[in-house]
Amino acid sequence: MLKAVILIGGPQKGTRFRPLSLDIPKPLFPIAGLPLVQHLIEACVANEGLSEILLIGFYPSAQIQPFANEMQQIYNVTIKYLQEFTALGTAGGLYHFRDQIRFGNPEGFFLMNGDVCSDFPLKELYEFHKQKKALVTIMGTEATRHQSLNYGCIVTNRETNEMTHYVEKPSSYVSTLINCGVYVCSPDIFHTIGAVNNELQERYRNGYMNGTREAGYIQLEQEILAPLAGTGQIFVLPVVNWWSQIKSAGSAIYANRHYLQLYKTKFPERLARSKGQGETCTIYPDVHVDPTAVIHPSAVLGPNVSVGPGATVGAGTRLKESIVLRDASIDDRSLVMHSIIGRGSHVGRWTRVEGTPSDPDPNKPFTKMENPPLFNKDGRLNPSITIVGCSVSVPSETILLNSIVLPNKELSRSIKNEIIL
Amino acid sequence: MSEEGKRALILVGGYGTRLRPLTLSRPKPLVEFANKPILLHQIEALVDAGVTEVILAVSYRAKQMEEELTVEAAKLGITIVFSHETEPMGTAGPIALAREHLSKSTKPFFVLNSDIICDFPFRELAKFHEGHGKEGTIVVTKVEEPSKYGVVVYDQNNCIESFVEKPQEFISNKINAGLYILNPSVIDRIELRPTSIEKEVFPFMATDKQLYAFELQGFWMDVGQPKDFLTGMCLYLNHLRETNSQKLYKGPGVVGNVLVDPTAKIGSNCQIGPNVTIGPGVVIEDGVCIKRSTILRGAVVCSNSWLESCIVGWKCHVGKWVRMEGSTVLGEDVIVKDETYINGGQVLPHKSIATSVPEPQIIM
Repeated sequence: MLKAVILIGGPQKGTRFRPLSLDIPKPLFPIAGLPLVQHLIEACVANEGLSEILLIGFYPSAQIQPFANEMQQIYNVTIKYLQEFTALGTAGGLYHFRDQIRFGNPEGFFLMNGDVCSDFPLKELYEFHKQKKALVTIMGTEATRHQSLNYGCIVTNRETNEMTHYVEKPSSYVSTLINCGVYVCSPDIFHTIGAVNNELQERYRNGYMNGTREAGYIQLEQEILAPLAGTGQIFVLPVVNWWSQIKSAGSAIYANRHYLQLYKTKFPERLARSKGQGETCTIYPDVHVDPTAVIHPSAVLGPNVSVGPGATVGAGTRLKESIVLRDASIDDRSLVMHSIIGRGSHVGRWTRVEGTPSDPDPNKPFTKMENPPLFNKDGRLNPSITIVGCSVSVPSETILLNSIVLPNKELSRSIKNEIIL
Repeated sequence: MSEEGKRALILVGGYGTRLRPLTLSRPKPLVEFANKPILLHQIEALVDAGVTEVILAVSYRAKQMEEELTVEAAKLGITIVFSHETEPMGTAGPIALAREHLSKSTKPFFVLNSDIICDFPFRELAKFHEGHGKEGTIVVTKVEEPSKYGVVVYDQNNCIESFVEKPQEFISNKINAGLYILNPSVIDRIELRPTSIEKEVFPFMATDKQLYAFELQGFWMDVGQPKDFLTGMCLYLNHLRETNSQKLYKGPGVVGNVLVDPTAKIGSNCQIGPNVTIGPGVVIEDGVCIKRSTILRGAVVCSNSWLESCIVGWKCHVGKWVRMEGSTVLGEDVIVKDETYINGGQVLPHKSIATSVPEPQIIM
């Protein structure tokens, strides 16, 4: 029997995803029509013998529980939300709910960070884990030398794939093999976490922590994995599958493109078909349109577009490289590109909503999504995708360029390179 | 003064650099303003006032102008004389250069700067000039911000006292409108060299109490640069609405004052206007919105594009879902690819634009 644990964080996490995460928890933000974390659930349930998925995080239960119930209905697997009383770190939450995880004696469990996107090769990862008799197996991938510094960097024994060294976000170059935040763990990992926890509790009681962190807070990467390097218990499977983190809002459009691409082989029925093939408007693949969305026959959609439930797209309107969320409406003859249109927002006619893509350079192998800060050194807004928060109104005949509009705003003019509070 | 033998000198002059990139393809006087070459607006008004001989002071691209205007002259039944400058002669020099033509008779002659658009009052001007009997009359027009111009100061009888360049304190809101009527005697005040009529001739005439001001009624604009060209077009179309409204286009999707050549084609679900001129052979596809713009002969604007305050040059091709604004000027035969945004771009002829230009820029 197998289980999966997905760490979804909480409202204080994922703030770089604002304003998209202001009205919906980031794990529930739809990418290619499905909540971010549903793609992870889908990858997990594809494994034979997987009987339970546990979502661990510190969002209020009311925000996640209905989703967990819905997922359980759809996939016919036990799916539970376990709410931490506070942020306990990547290993602290795991340890806090150890009895739940160990219940039923699973042979092992997948452990995934909730903000990763990938064509998850979970079967290979689990086979590899069994073959190596590992305590923990890490899915690894190649990064550029420069970008590796933003990730957990791993050094391995080339012959055995054993992890010999681990540094989280080093300040100088260590290795281009990075941690994907996707693991297979044996239940014995709780002995190791338990021992670390006891030591931390001791120090906490003696006041060494100086109140800087919660009792029970443990970081998986620095406090569990790094010390286990070179002990013959941690193995790394390097993979070449597409993989990305979702940090900034810009990475949502990048992830949307890749999930749509994966639909072509895995779920072709989720993709909109071109005119003449049963679909009513012009489609440049890949495009996902919710069946309840209303698209005018003269609209032109794609590539890389997702349109959510109840959304409407008017005559002669063009959407490309964009995500249109639930109940948003875009009037006639407008153009939306490299942008996200929030839930229930309205874009007038002959309006142009445009952002600047920040996709990884496709000509540089192993390049990952950059998540540049909002402002550059001169204090100017870095050009990024345009984000229209929920219930925003963008008037007719205006342009909204490289801007971020927070929810519930009624714009009255063209906006360029601005954040509208 | 008899209606016979009236003459006018039009100062066509230089390269028209302020109206580039349009003037790279066509001499400025031939650039169509409200579907008619700027110069023809003036010549036709002169003909209406009885002028039979028009002298064009030209220094550049005279050949193209001669060819096109000779045809027009024949149609109007007048003589057009080209007075060639071998070097730019300023605003007074050309008068001296054309002495031979201008002093043929003792009757006064008109002088015009070629960039001026207004409701030309030549008949009234000639009558006023005759009335005061002095050497010259300047047409003056009222402006809101006189500190940007040179203003004209005159007494209650309209006799000009002085000219003040860019006054810091308000002394007058009347400026020189670039239209004059002068007696041939004025030619003797001008040396045959590059010289300025505003600075080197008029002030002395004013001192001699020989210069009067004629107040222009209605609109006036120097259309020598793109922004003013569009403002002038708005004023002109509004004037057309008041005086000759059957010339304005009526059709589905038209808003306000719009002038459309009969050979232009406009698609369905468009919104054209206010203040738009569409030239001969232009094709506007479905779902296009155009405001405050001029589309010159043979241009194509594809579906779902949005244009405001633009001049689209001859034979340009503007793609689908294009947005252009901010006094964008496309030179002749420019291609703007689908989904591009151009703000305040000045695009030289025969360019193809595939990436957006969000800030004002010259595209070579």
